Amino acid sequence: MADGERFNMEAAEAKVLVRDVNVFYGEKQALFDIDLDIGRNQVTSLIGPSGCGKSTFLRCMNRMNDVIDGCRVEGSIKVDGDEVLDAGIDPVQLRRRVGMVFQKPNPFPKSIYDNVAYGPRIHGLVSSQDDLDELVQTSLERAALWEEVKDRLHQPGTGLSGGQQQRLCIARAVAVRPDVILMDEPCSALDPIATARVEELIEELKKAYSIVIVTHSMQQAARVSQRTAFFHLGVLVEVGVTEQIFTAPRDERTQGYITGRFG
Amino acid sequence: MQTTNDHIVRSFTDDLNDLSAKIGKMGGQAEAILVDSTQALIKRDADLGLQAIEADRRVDALDAEVEAAVVRILALRQPMAIDLRVIISALKIAQALERIADHSKNNAKRALVINRAPPMELVKSIVRLSEVAQNMLHGILGAYANNDADTAIHIRDRDEDLDLLYEGYFRECLTYMMEDSRSITSCTHLLFIAKNIERIGDHCTNIAENVYYAVTGDRLGSARPKADPLSAEQ
Ligand SMILES: Nc1ncnc2c1ncn2[C@@H]1O[C@H](COP(=O)(O)OP(=O)(O)OP(=O)(O)O)[C@@H](O)[C@H]1O
Ligand SMILES: [Mg+2]
Repeated sequence: MADGERFNMEAAEAKVLVRDVNVFYGEKQALFDIDLDIGRNQVTSLIGPSGCGKSTFLRCMNRMNDVIDGCRVEGSIKVDGDEVLDAGIDPVQLRRRVGMVFQKPNPFPKSIYDNVAYGPRIHGLVSSQDDLDELVQTSLERAALWEEVKDRLHQPGTGLSGGQQQRLCIARAVAVRPDVILMDEPCSALDPIATARVEELIEELKKAYSIVIVTHSMQQAARVSQRTAFFHLGVLVEVGVTEQIFTAPRDERTQGYITGRFG
Repeated sequence: MQTTNDHIVRSFTDDLNDLSAKIGKMGGQAEAILVDSTQALIKRDADLGLQAIEADRRVDALDAEVEAAVVRILALRQPMAIDLRVIISALKIAQALERIADHSKNNAKRALVINRAPPMELVKSIVRLSEVAQNMLHGILGAYANNDADTAIHIRDRDEDLDLLYEGYFRECLTYMMEDSRSITSCTHLLFIAKNIERIGDHCTNIAENVYYAVTGDRLGSARPKADPLSAEQ
């Protein structure tokens, strides 16, 4: 890949600037010299074979690797100019700005309402109960879940279906008004209808947020993202406009992966 | 179009090879129809003309087969990258070949009519036009079979020669008709025949552009110079 292509995003368009990032699990290096721009109000998809480092990369952006023993992250990641990897930065504050939705829906063992209200409460984002009620409602609406749960807000979130739980987790991520939303295979446990809902939601969310999504579905990456990055063995092999990656990838390894050939 | 034999799902490779074989077969038949329709005119051979007309139906059937195969592969395999380009190009190339066969069939029908009139010197010049078109078609089918983008560019550039020949032939026919008004019916048919051959060249150009895209992933620019104002309809 031409280096120019990797950096050619206008400064104003880039929400996150990743430079020279290397990640180690103990002695073993998992990511090598990653340079990547994440576009503002864009969806960037990360694709690549299992174990290539997609989740590791995602976790760098909100310091979730901190909690993994022996994991070391080097390099620079700037969100709106602020260095994420600075020792001084408060990970809790950071995770409010850079939210995450995991592969397996993981609602808290609390009510639907409290799942969404939890973040705004601990971050002190609202001052009155009315404001909190409103924030819970708009977050659930954004996640396209409100209509399905408005009459049972005080029942446990774990009692929802898998697809509903995933949308609940998205509502929870949205409720703290993050800048960036990271999604690690958010649809892998969902049926086609629920998947379509989440994709529709991503489309909607990108108006207000910058989104990074890890997916094993090429079709999903092609449908939802504007830019696609292909990782292989811990290396960022190719990044480009999604349409180009899926119709005319420049690198043989990208081509092999997306066309289902032996690598 | 050759595909590397390394899809993890082997039946996908088989699908692509079948598709390519169908295009190859269509191409061979379209070539034969073009040759036969020209020979039907030159040799005043009605049997060859009827043979060309009959063969066109087989090309139509193959075109339908290609379309069905493409729809099936798109639905079942959801192809990406080079596979996607090869499949979409196959659909477009099949359509171009169907048009080429159809133009040739039309020429065969006109040959049957012309052959009922007294022989004309003007018929012979059609051979030169047809040969250029035949070479283009043969060349582009070879480029398709061998994933040869460079040859595709050369073939596309040859279309200009054909346009010039057509323009020359057009003037020749006009002169002829002005001199001898009894020749108008036959000359009109010859003009249509020449125009059909010129269109065949355009379809070969179209195939060349698709071969180039399938192989490289880039589109050839449309900056090819158009020499002939008479065929400047696009
Ligand atoms: N907690 C950990 N401790 C040690 N090694 C790890 C840890 N997490 C990931 N790795 C290793 O780092 C590499 C990248 O893993 P990662 O989970 O980022 O891959 P991935 O691309 O997300 O894969 P998948 O598509 O299967 O989710 C792998 O070799 C993995 O074994
Ligand atoms: Mg992962």
